[in-house]
Amino acid sequence: MDFYQILQIIVPSMIALAAPLIFTALGGVFSERSGVVNIGLEGLMVIGAFVAIVFNLTFDEQLGAWTPWISILAAMVAAMIFSLFHAVASITFRADQTVSGVAINLLAVGLSLFLVKKIYEKGQTDIIQETFDKIDIPLLGDIPVIGKIFFSNGYYISYIAILLSIVVWYIIYKTPFGLRLRSVGEHPMAADTMGINVYKMRYLGVMLSGALGGIGGAVHALTVTLDFSHSTINGQGFMAIAAMIFGKWHPLGAMGAALFFGLAQSLSIVGASLPFFKDIPAMYLLIAPYILTIVALTGFIGRADAPKASGQPYIKGSR
Amino acid sequence: MSNKLKQYGQRSIKYLITSARNMLIPIFSVILGLLAGAGIMLVSGYDPISGYSAMLNGIFGDEYYLGETVRQITPYILAGLAVAFAFRTGLFNIGVEGQLIVGWLAAVWVGIEFDLPKFIHLPLAVLSGAAAGALWAFIPGLLKARFRVHEVIVTIMLNYTALHITNYLILNVLSDKQDKTENIAESASLRSVLFENWTDLSRMHWGIIIALACAIIMWFILEKTTTGFELKAVGFNHHASQYAGMSVNKNIVLSMVISGAFAGLAGAMEGLGTFGYAAIKGGFTGVGFDGIAVALLGGNAAIGIVLAAALFGGLKSGALNMPLEAGVPNEIVDIVIALIIFFVASSYFIRWILSRFSKKGVK
Repeated sequence: MDFYQILQIIVPSMIALAAPLIFTALGGVFSERSGVVNIGLEGLMVIGAFVAIVFNLTFDEQLGAWTPWISILAAMVAAMIFSLFHAVASITFRADQTVSGVAINLLAVGLSLFLVKKIYEKGQTDIIQETFDKIDIPLLGDIPVIGKIFFSNGYYISYIAILLSIVVWYIIYKTPFGLRLRSVGEHPMAADTMGINVYKMRYLGVMLSGALGGIGGAVHALTVTLDFSHSTINGQGFMAIAAMIFGKWHPLGAMGAALFFGLAQSLSIVGASLPFFKDIPAMYLLIAPYILTIVALTGFIGRADAPKASGQPYIKGSR
Repeated sequence: MSNKLKQYGQRSIKYLITSARNMLIPIFSVILGLLAGAGIMLVSGYDPISGYSAMLNGIFGDEYYLGETVRQITPYILAGLAVAFAFRTGLFNIGVEGQLIVGWLAAVWVGIEFDLPKFIHLPLAVLSGAAAGALWAFIPGLLKARFRVHEVIVTIMLNYTALHITNYLILNVLSDKQDKTENIAESASLRSVLFENWTDLSRMHWGIIIALACAIIMWFILEKTTTGFELKAVGFNHHASQYAGMSVNKNIVLSMVISGAFAGLAGAMEGLGTFGYAAIKGGFTGVGFDGIAVALLGGNAAIGIVLAAALFGGLKSGALNMPLEAGVPNEIVDIVIALIIFFVASSYFIRWILSRFSKKGVK
């Protein structure tokens, strides 16, 4: 097997595995940039995955090939509503944001498994029938050499994730909304003085993270696991948080980090069948994203600093 | 003189009222959580009364259930102490789960590898669990002290690192490609024939004594020693403690290490008491995260943690009886626990409601 063939196996699986992380990490960027730490991304992904799979199983006969797309929309809406728990607790009721996020994670797993048992009377769902097709992107897939590596044998939704990170970069850095969002996360009192509604911006930040986390969970369930059980989102949300931090709270950075983590995941799965990689225990690839995040935080690879006001509830009139 | 006495009386009444109010929030949250759980059962077509009575039977039903409940409470106390101890120094140790897994493995490792008389082997195994947990928590402590890296992120990342490393070790080093290790030597086991006879052969073990002793140790360190005073002072105000000549960095590391030792002990209890081996895990045990709930509900104080651990341990082990007796999925209890955390964390909201009530009472 030559190097070119290896790339043709690894790169598409890297992009596919990275897509859920990209969506979720972008959600995390919105939330943290508005000053709300969101440890609950894992739980939001769980809700997204759960809703997407149940929706897919329920409506696949009526919707046909459109089922996975509409499942993603349903998951997005459900997770956005679910994220309101976190928003209300941590913004309005001034709960500790980390604690509230932990509660979100516990609640999401408990609630979705409770409902799975209620609906299907067993611990996990059936395998979905309507999935995304793997496609070669027209035109781009025909580019010699790189077309075969980057634009074939993939899912449309994965490329949407990459494009979305550019959109999010534009929103956060080039629009008035983005400026307000960032200012609320850096210095809420100054923002408030300038007439920006801090609570509203933070609610929007958290709800956007809910929507994107829901999409992330849905994409993971619809492209990777194909069913829902307690282990569907096994730490993907935390890895998305890692990607967000490793990407220094920047949308494009988060996307790059997510792709890198996707590579590590894909090597840990397909690496066993490849020369060279099969000698590396999968454990090293599995822990690489986490270790790298810690290293990034310690400042060995340029310092990663969180938005200044993230983690602190804003209390009007306090100094 | 009588004036002073009156003042003193008023002050102590005020103190009683505030401490009663502090108790009110957890109690109120638990009631709200249970009510919400009943509501969810009702909406999804289950009978909440039979659901909860099945749960109560699963906690107190007979000696066996009672023993299993105590077994469940044991790691919860230690996990709660771990979270709370760090919290008192202003640190959020969300990595109890990882420290627990590492402690579990270390304790079992010592339990398998050595062949020693019981009075050396058992303490050695227990302590190596604590040491492994402490070492695992030393990393975020050091990074926080040295580089000001936020401990929440580091401990989350170390949770997953611990999971993958221990799985690798169990698969490749401690066994020959098996999904669990062999059983520990009898001389390292916490199993108790006495408790087993009392509780109709449940898995209740000596660990509960260790857990309760640790609660006393935590209380003693924090309330009765200079070290504890320093740890708490750092938790209240870094700058003031620094100014007063305390080493903030040393206390941060120390707090994480002690916290990790408690977490490692929780793992040792599972490894040496409940299971007697370490197995490959697809995901987390959940005990570490529930420890956050325990610490929060227990107000980060030793006695509160024991009570909260008893509550959550009871809920968890009682839940196992719910599908058998009432057909209700046991995940309902996870929902209830999550909601209780929400309510306690949102105590601002509960305090606001309570203040409404008390104002109305005055008028």
